[in-house]
Parts: sequence; C-alpha cells; structure tokens
Amino acid sequence: MTSLPPVPGAVRTEVARDGETIVFVQRERLLEAMTWLKETPGQEFDYLVDVTAVEFRDRERPLEVVYFLRSLKRRADIRIKVELNAADELAVDSVFHLWQGADWLEREVFDMFGITFRGHPDLRRILMWETYAEGYPLRKSFPLRGRFSRAEQVRQALNTNPEANYSLEELSIAEAAGDLPDDMRDRLRRGERGVIPDPPNP
Amino acid sequence: MKHVATTKAVSGQSPNYLVAKFQDLVNWAVNSSRANSLWPMPFGTACCAIEFMATAASRFDFARFGMERQAFSPRQADVLICAGRLPFKLAPVIRRIYDQMPQPKWVISMGACASTGGVFDNYAMVQGIDTIVPVDVYVPGCPPRPEGLLYGILLLHKKIKGESLFDAVKRRDEQPLDDKGLRLAPETIDEISEPFGNSVHQFRSS
Amino acid sequence: MSKRTVELELATPGVDAEGRATRVPLTEAAEPGLAEEHMLVNIGPQHPATHGVLRLVVELDGETVVRCIPHLGYLHSGFEKLGEYRHYNQIIPLTDRTDYLSPMANNVGFALAAEKLMGIEITPRCTVLRVIACEMSRIISHMVWLGTTSIDLGAFTPFLWAFQERERIYDLQEMWTGARLTTSLTRVGGLMADIPDNFVDKLRDFIRTFPKTLGEIDRVLTRNAVWAGRTQGVGALTAAEAINHSLSGPMLRASGVAYDVRKDKPYLGYETYDFDVVVGEHGDVFDRYLVRLEECHQSNRILQQALDRLPEGPINVDDPRVILPSKTRAMSDMEAMIFHFKQVMEGVKAPVGEAYVGIENPKGELGTYLVSDGTAKPVRWRIRPPSFINLSALPRMAQGHLLSDLIAINASVDIVMGEVDR
Repeated sequence: MTSLPPVPGAVRTEVARDGETIVFVQRERLLEAMTWLKETPGQEFDYLVDVTAVEFRDRERPLEVVYFLRSLKRRADIRIKVELNAADELAVDSVFHLWQGADWLEREVFDMFGITFRGHPDLRRILMWETYAEGYPLRKSFPLRGRFSRAEQVRQALNTNPEANYSLEELSIAEAAGDLPDDMRDRLRRGERGVIPDPPNP
Repeated sequence: MKHVATTKAVSGQSPNYLVAKFQDLVNWAVNSSRANSLWPMPFGTACCAIEFMATAASRFDFARFGMERQAFSPRQADVLICAGRLPFKLAPVIRRIYDQMPQPKWVISMGACASTGGVFDNYAMVQGIDTIVPVDVYVPGCPPRPEGLLYGILLLHKKIKGESLFDAVKRRDEQPLDDKGLRLAPETIDEISEPFGNSVHQFRSS
Repeated sequence: MSKRTVELELATPGVDAEGRATRVPLTEAAEPGLAEEHMLVNIGPQHPATHGVLRLVVELDGETVVRCIPHLGYLHSGFEKLGEYRHYNQIIPLTDRTDYLSPMANNVGFALAAEKLMGIEITPRCTVLRVIACEMSRIISHMVWLGTTSIDLGAFTPFLWAFQERERIYDLQEMWTGARLTTSLTRVGGLMADIPDNFVDKLRDFIRTFPKTLGEIDRVLTRNAVWAGRTQGVGALTAAEAINHSLSGPMLRASGVAYDVRKDKPYLGYETYDFDVVVGEHGDVFDRYLVRLEECHQSNRILQQALDRLPEGPINVDDPRVILPSKTRAMSDMEAMIFHFKQVMEGVKAPVGEAYVGIENPKGELGTYLVSDGTAKPVRWRIRPPSFINLSALPRMAQGHLLSDLIAINASVDIVMGEVDR
C-alpha cells in the first residue's frame, strides 16, 4: 500500500474494494485539508470528480460525506470522507471556492440528505421543488414512496406555483444574499415566500 | 363505417339523389378532418420521447397519419402526447399545458410510466398522468415500439371518428381541477396509485 | 447592472404610521429606465430546444444574456432511492433509463462497478462484447446529439440522416437483446445473451457504410457559413475553467484537456485498442461538434478492431453463485436448482465495502459508486452524472452571448435529462 499522504486533519485511512485510498478527515478541518490537497505541489488535486453522501442502514453508523478527488497531472485519485453523526447538526464547509464543480453537487447532497454546506453561495433544493415538504428523500428514515398519501402528493405538486422562481425577485435575492440576515436566508432557502404578519394590536 | 348515404332511383331517370341524415354527414366530415390531421403536442420527457422522435423520423414517419406538424405551442395543438415519465415537479407543468390547449383536444399517454408510473413506484413519480389530465388512449410499453405508438394513434383516430357533435352529453367540456386542486377524488387517486404485482413486495430495503 | 429594489414579502415586516403592516424594502435603488431594464425570459421546461425538461430562466439585456439560471429536477425519478430496494441485477434495467440515448453503456458501467465490488473477473468474450456495446452506444448518442443540435440551429436534414443510422444500430440492439432502447444488456458477471449468428455480418456492414454518412453530414455542416458563424467562438471555456467546473467527456476535450477515461483509467482492455483521443483547441461549440464527429470515426475504428479480435468462449463467468444456471440444469440438478432459487429469491450478496468505476460515456465520465453492507441490495447507489456536471457550466458559458447563442451552447453540452435529474 502506498504511504498515506499527510492530509491535515486525517483521522484514519482505508482502502476501498477498487483499490482507492480513502482518508477520513475531521469535519472541522475539512476546508484546510481540501485546500492542502488542491494547492500543495506534489498533491495538486485540481479536479473534483464527485461529492455525495452515504447513510447506512445501521443507524449507529454516522453519515459520510464523500469527496472524490483527482489529480489530472499526476493521474492520481483519492477519496476523502467526513463523518457526521445523525444526532448532531448535519453541516460541513463547502468546497465551492476551491472547485466550482461543487456548486450543484453540494446542492444535490443538501436536497437529498439535508446536509448544509456552509459558505455555499446559493444552497437551494435542486432536484425537488423548493417548497418540498416531505423531507430529504435519500435518508433511510424516508420511506420509498414518500410520507404523504398519493393524493396528497398530487395535490401538493399541483399547487406549487411553477412561476415562483420566475421573477427578478429571485435574481435580486441571489445578489443581495450576502447582505441578508441569517434567519432570512434560512427561510429563503426553505422556499418561504412569507406572509406579512398581522399588525400588532394598537 | 356507418351507412351515411343512400341513393334513390327515380323511374326513368338516373339516380341523382344522395340522401343522408344531416347529423351523420356533419359528424363524418368534422371527425374525419379532425382525426386525419391531428397535430401533436409532444410532451416528451424521457425514453419514450426518443421513440417518439424515431416515430417522427424517416423509417416510421407518423406524418403519413396526419401528424405532419408537431405543435410545440399548446395553443396550436390537438393532441397532447405525454411521452415519458412524469415526476411530481413536472405535474403542474403538464396540467398548465393541457389547460392551454384549445378544444377539441385529446391526450395520448405513451408508455408505462405515463400510464401508471411504470417502474418508478416511489416518492418522485406521478403514478399515471390520468390523475392529473383526462387520458383518451394509453399506449403500453417501455418504451412502446414506434408501431405501438402508431397503433395508439390509429385507435385515437377510431375514437374520434366515433364521436358525435350532437351528443346530449357535451363531450368537449373542459375538465378543470376542483377547488382542492385535484382532478379526481383523493380516494380514487390513492386507489389507482396503489402498487400491484411485484411492486407490492419490493419496498423493503434489505 | 444596477441593483434593483429587492421587495420581498419576506423582508422585515414593518408597520407604518397607521399601524398597517407594510413591506420594508431591503435595498433601494433608483428605478431603472426602460433602456436599462432587463427582461426575464423563461425557456422551458417544455420546449423543443431544451433537449428534455430543462428550464432556463434568462435575464436579458436586449438580446444579450446577462445571466442564465437553469432549473432542474423536472425529470427526477428517484433512481438512487429505488436502487436501495433492488438486487444488483434488478438495478440493470433501471440503468437503461437514466441515459436513455446510450443505454448499453450505462448497463456496462453499472455491471463493471458491481463486479469490482464483488471481485469478479469477466470472460474475454464478454469483455470484447462489452466494448462493442459501449462503442455502439457512443455512436447512437452522438447521432442524437448531431441530429438535435442541427435542428436547433436550423438544419433539419442531418436529423433524418442521423436517425436513419440510429435505426441500423437499433436493429442490431434488437437482434441482440430484444429491445431497441431499454436493452438491459449486462448482468453481474456476464451478459444477458450472446450475440446471434448474423450479428457480426450486420455490424461489419454498418461499419463499412457509416463513414459515408458521417462524410455527408460533415460536407453539409462543417464548412457551412451559417453553421460556422453560429458555433465558432460561442460558449468558449478555457482548459482551466473546464477542469475547475469538473467537466468531462467531449466538453473537457474540446477545451484542450486530453483526458479520456478509456486511455487514462482503462477498463475492458481499452489500452489494447488502437484509437486516438480527439482534443479540441478553443473550447467553443464548433470544437465540440468536431470532437464528437471525429469520435464517431474513432468508435468505428474500435468496433472494427473489436470484431476482428472477438474470441470464442462463454460470455458468463463460471460461478453458479452469481450467474443463473441454465433452465435445463436447474430443472434436473438439485444443486443448480438451489443456486437458481437463492439468486432469484435472495439476490447475489456483495461483500461489505465500496467501489467506484468511471467509464467514458458518450456524455462524459459516467461513474457508478456502490456501497454495500453485505446484503444483496446496495446501501448506496450513486450515479456520477456527466450531463449534470457539464450543465453546471452553462451559466458561465452563456454570459455575454446572444439568446440564439444560448440555444447553441445548450445543445453543445449534450445533456440527457434522465441522467441530469435521475
């Protein structure tokens, strides 16, 4: 087995059944590790192949966020994993600023698993519609046919407004995203187009 | 073919009358014109759309059957051919496209996924577009061969020619969604979406 | 571009002098005049030129695209969730339906990953037949791409020519698997069936006459002023941008990066075949067209070599725990019947672990990542979708171009929404 690259924050390594090296990295040091992997001469993992997440049937095991990295120059691959306990907050740092390819890949992981990527410029659902209320489909706690009855799913689907994201509002929101307060950004991400509350009683 | 006309011979003169019931003549003229010149609105989503394109291409060519011009704008289309699977996210889109089509309009549900949800008995897939729009012809197959689609189109022709403009029941009513936003009662939707066959046993993860 | 007033219903609710609720605008800017006002156009999800159910929200300054926001998910079918509830061989028919333009390549990609996971070596004949399947898939996928792209840019005839060639490959696929499109060719450890007797002759016929059609299409399009004018210099991406956006396949190679999975991480013995990797220079739509056209020629070359070296022998690995025994044996031999029963009822169990195999799909690098916990159904089936990742570069490519260029750029990405949305 080739020697383990000294990835900062590495906890342990394994070898996959296809021969690739897997390095488990601590969640807090993920961005440091990724930056090191991308920019250190001799590592130069300039190509992000894929970002995904895995949840095991054995609920004791933590969720894993898996990053497939490749160095085109050295023709080398490596797999980085971050373990997240389901009981804790499911969040990791985004690697968008290192590899732009992570843009939609991280959005999909958020959509399917509910894992938030801190620092991602536009973390919205990508495959399901933005006000999708049933949950995060690829979690093991999510049943195959969804949580609601079929009639309810049809009703909810037909009542989503297809034109909701078809306004200059959306573009302005994306632009102003950096200025918005956190809770407003959260509510936006969940797709809320809120209702003005009743005025307080005089 | 209904007996549309009779001739009446007048003694000493050549038979030069054609007698027909007015209703039959009008129905024949209008329905033949409608059937023989159905302009499809191809709502192609997935694999069936590729077989739809193959049916439009040189080898099978449904232009022979009147579908010369594919109308990509629903305002100019006669028949909505839903070719492919329909996820829930696409449901309001097909409903809107259907509503935008002017009467008379028909719907062909092409493929297993459009008819019943197909292999995709899961959270994301509409279990048959008939929960959302009224369907006239279902073409089974995964995907149906071009000949299968052509047969479905011919069945639709037959159905159209069997219609009558003078029906007491107005056959060309708009069928809008009810106030809850559904086309059928919720129990009906649940019933027709129930799994059947192997699907019943294949929802355990391990 | 001026910042417009962001009027959000979500904005901090306020109360005006009479105690009525009011919206407090978040940021203020002068209302732009008509000349500076941008127009928002919605393309799709039902639109002939989006190549499937893709929705593009385009902000236009006159005809120029200022920003393009793609919306996906309109064909999301829950494949990966469904895969967790199916045995490995039951997932093969699902793989047909992700990238339905090149179904046999998807079948092969999944089977290779499952075999890597289970540690199975396939037979030499199976290896060569899978190469034939992959290259046939490459040809039909590029033919769809060629046909639909030329329709988008106004040339209708190449569509008919390309689809006629596809019909010939469809005939071959139907001879082999029984289905034109949803082939389900591979099984874990082998194939569903061996090629029929007249397959080789018919394929040789195709190989002999296919370059003529490619030549015709080339003659009609490549030096055509309209075609070149609409595609050259449009949607260019530099090599560094292409790598940073994780592009793969012809998109990456057209930008000058010589990366082809068949050469760099060979599978199915591709290192023993003699073919060239087609690399472009400018990374624009025209280069992608040339790359794909030439790839068809190279695929033809590989098919010729594969047919010449096709060995005799079994197509399935000789392991009764993985391959179904023949019906005659299952009906006469007790052990064979038990193996048959176990495989059908319980499925083939994979050992604990994970495997990733990437193949060179016509669209790019199609990866299959399988994680197993020792049971017959995978814990996680992840499809690394080349079209999805290639499409994420669309906003970057479209910026600054005209609306009609956007159609050309969208066509050049060669997406198939079944794979984008899975």
